[in-house]
Amino acid sequence: MSTSRIDGLSENTSRSFSFGDLVRRRPETITFMLLVAICVIVAIVNPAFLQPSTLIDIGRASVVMGLFALGVFIILAAGGIDVSFTAIAAFTMYSLTVLVLNNFPGMPMAVIMLIAVAGGALLGVINGLLVHHLKVPSLIVTIGTQYLFRGFLLSFIGTVWIMSLPPQMGAFGRMPLFQFESANGALVTLPVYFLILPLAALVTWWILNRTLMGRAIFAVGGDANIASRLGYNLRTVHVFLFGYAGALAGLAGIIHVCANRQANPFDLVGTEINVIAAVVLGGARITGGTGTVLGTILGVLLIVVINSVLVMVGIPSTWQRLVVGSFILLAAAFFVTRQRKK
Amino acid sequence: MQKAGGQLVMLVAINGLLLVLGAAISGGSFLSLFNLQSMASQLPEIGLLAIGVMLAMCAGNGGIDLSGIALANLSGVLSAVIVSAFISSGESETAFSLAFIFGALAIGFLGGVINGLLISKLNITPILCTLGTQMAFMGLAIVVSGGKAVMVGSPALLSSIGNDMFLAVPISFLLFVIVAGLIAAVLKFTPYGLWLMLMGTNPKAAVYAGFPKTGVLVATYAISGLLSGLAGIIIAARNVNVKFDYGSSYLLIAILIAVMAGVKPEGGYGRVVCVVLSAVALQLMSSLLNFGGLSNFVRDFAWGLLLLTFLAVGRYDLTGFLFPGIRQTVSSVPVPHAPKQDN
Repeated sequence: MSTSRIDGLSENTSRSFSFGDLVRRRPETITFMLLVAICVIVAIVNPAFLQPSTLIDIGRASVVMGLFALGVFIILAAGGIDVSFTAIAAFTMYSLTVLVLNNFPGMPMAVIMLIAVAGGALLGVINGLLVHHLKVPSLIVTIGTQYLFRGFLLSFIGTVWIMSLPPQMGAFGRMPLFQFESANGALVTLPVYFLILPLAALVTWWILNRTLMGRAIFAVGGDANIASRLGYNLRTVHVFLFGYAGALAGLAGIIHVCANRQANPFDLVGTEINVIAAVVLGGARITGGTGTVLGTILGVLLIVVINSVLVMVGIPSTWQRLVVGSFILLAAAFFVTRQRKK
Repeated sequence: MQKAGGQLVMLVAINGLLLVLGAAISGGSFLSLFNLQSMASQLPEIGLLAIGVMLAMCAGNGGIDLSGIALANLSGVLSAVIVSAFISSGESETAFSLAFIFGALAIGFLGGVINGLLISKLNITPILCTLGTQMAFMGLAIVVSGGKAVMVGSPALLSSIGNDMFLAVPISFLLFVIVAGLIAAVLKFTPYGLWLMLMGTNPKAAVYAGFPKTGVLVATYAISGLLSGLAGIIIAARNVNVKFDYGSSYLLIAILIAVMAGVKPEGGYGRVVCVVLSAVALQLMSSLLNFGGLSNFVRDFAWGLLLLTFLAVGRYDLTGFLFPGIRQTVSSVPVPHAPKQDN
């Protein structure tokens, strides 16, 4: 009994060395393990969790948040932070819906999405220019632009809840990728727009790992001064970063409208902390220079799962914020102590 | 301290200007005793939170306290829940008030210490740490209150803090001024104040100089938390109820006040007097917009614009450009005069 325990201990320590190494190189393993652990626990407590309809719900719910998170991640990787993306999304989605509804009722969906991306990118570029030229922490700048964009939207564009969307947008939200009938006879649909998330993740991964811009982003996140001495143009990097994040936010906004079949100008703003939490839980350091796309997606899944399963295991939904907040602190503390041991 | 003089003069000037403008627009009713009193009693909550943000910013190294309003609400909610479990606010009014005040201050202090320990001991970036604690504090407030408003009622002592006047000045405003004065004195005359500012200027040098870094950080966030607790008390006193999501826009406004007061976001400089004056200026502007009959959304828009304008003023030294005479005295400190020209 005692020998086996000692054996177990020594095996544990030898394993924890390589394990610590793995965690240091790929912090998202922790996120992954946490995700799996939560899923297993929930599945044991409440087997209903494993029904395909629940899983598809989670997939659907993670699209908008995932798009936001990719934008936040790329900014975080460069050492900045953005809290205005929800305002950008709300701004583009609502003004675009109003525009299509009133002026161009026949506009094809592809054009709508292109305009959403362009509009979001434009607002993002404003962010980027401000962050670059004002030389203050991007948190403060983007808090300012968040109020600016949202205030503009609500005071000059409208506060009316649009319940009847242009038909092509509603149709896009309903368009199925595949459908099947679940055990209780309800029709379960995985919509086509779900594909946009993996697509965006792939593009982001490509930018970060296969282009010079990706290198520039991580270099700036590591140390902006050194990066600029190495010849990276900080202005281009900043404008690109925030523009890209804005474009993703615009896309997320329009998908949010199509998926919910209504355009509410008060939506989205207020969810940004959840998104930042997801990115941080995915292993990106808030001081920049690290992180992976895969980790970000895992972080998003973790937050979405936490949000949707608390009720399933009998924890009241009022606990959601406390749980996510504690997770952020735990993850932050964990990653910091890991890095220090290096 | 020379440059601070210019900053102070500018803030006084802008306050005077706003008062005159208000009087001109409203035909004098803006300066009526009632209006002044109501503005003064709206000020303390946000002013206290802004001082907290200022202290955290002064500590440097990306220091910021995003958990202020969440902690204020938590102090109010948790204290109300705990205290009303033992004492009924209707029966023993003074006991309830005292217990509530003590509870809220203790919770605020504790929350601040937690922030400080996480930041100094575990080396978590202040933004991330206070983001996490903001969520945790708000989450805890939701859990203990079940997401509903918690009734505090208006027991004598508490309600007099929120609503009564002393020599025609609201008591909450007096309290705010006294607390602000205390903190200004601490910053100016104690070693802690010196350590805080020098640490914000150059954290590395501060460590090599043997400053008690952990102590200073914990103290800074603890004071910020204590101020949040006090803000929570004033919120409860003025509103009869406390709720977890009260004042959702205070986070931005507190930062706006600090930036307007010339507190450097990168740390090392900030004055309490300027924060108080810039809070007053913001309150005057907010009331002016109200007098103009504009919606809250326009106000949000204006705050965002104002924040960015002040950042630009601080960055490009527009004041020096407009008034060449005071260029040396106000270098690199955002001076709130240019917005009048910019708008």
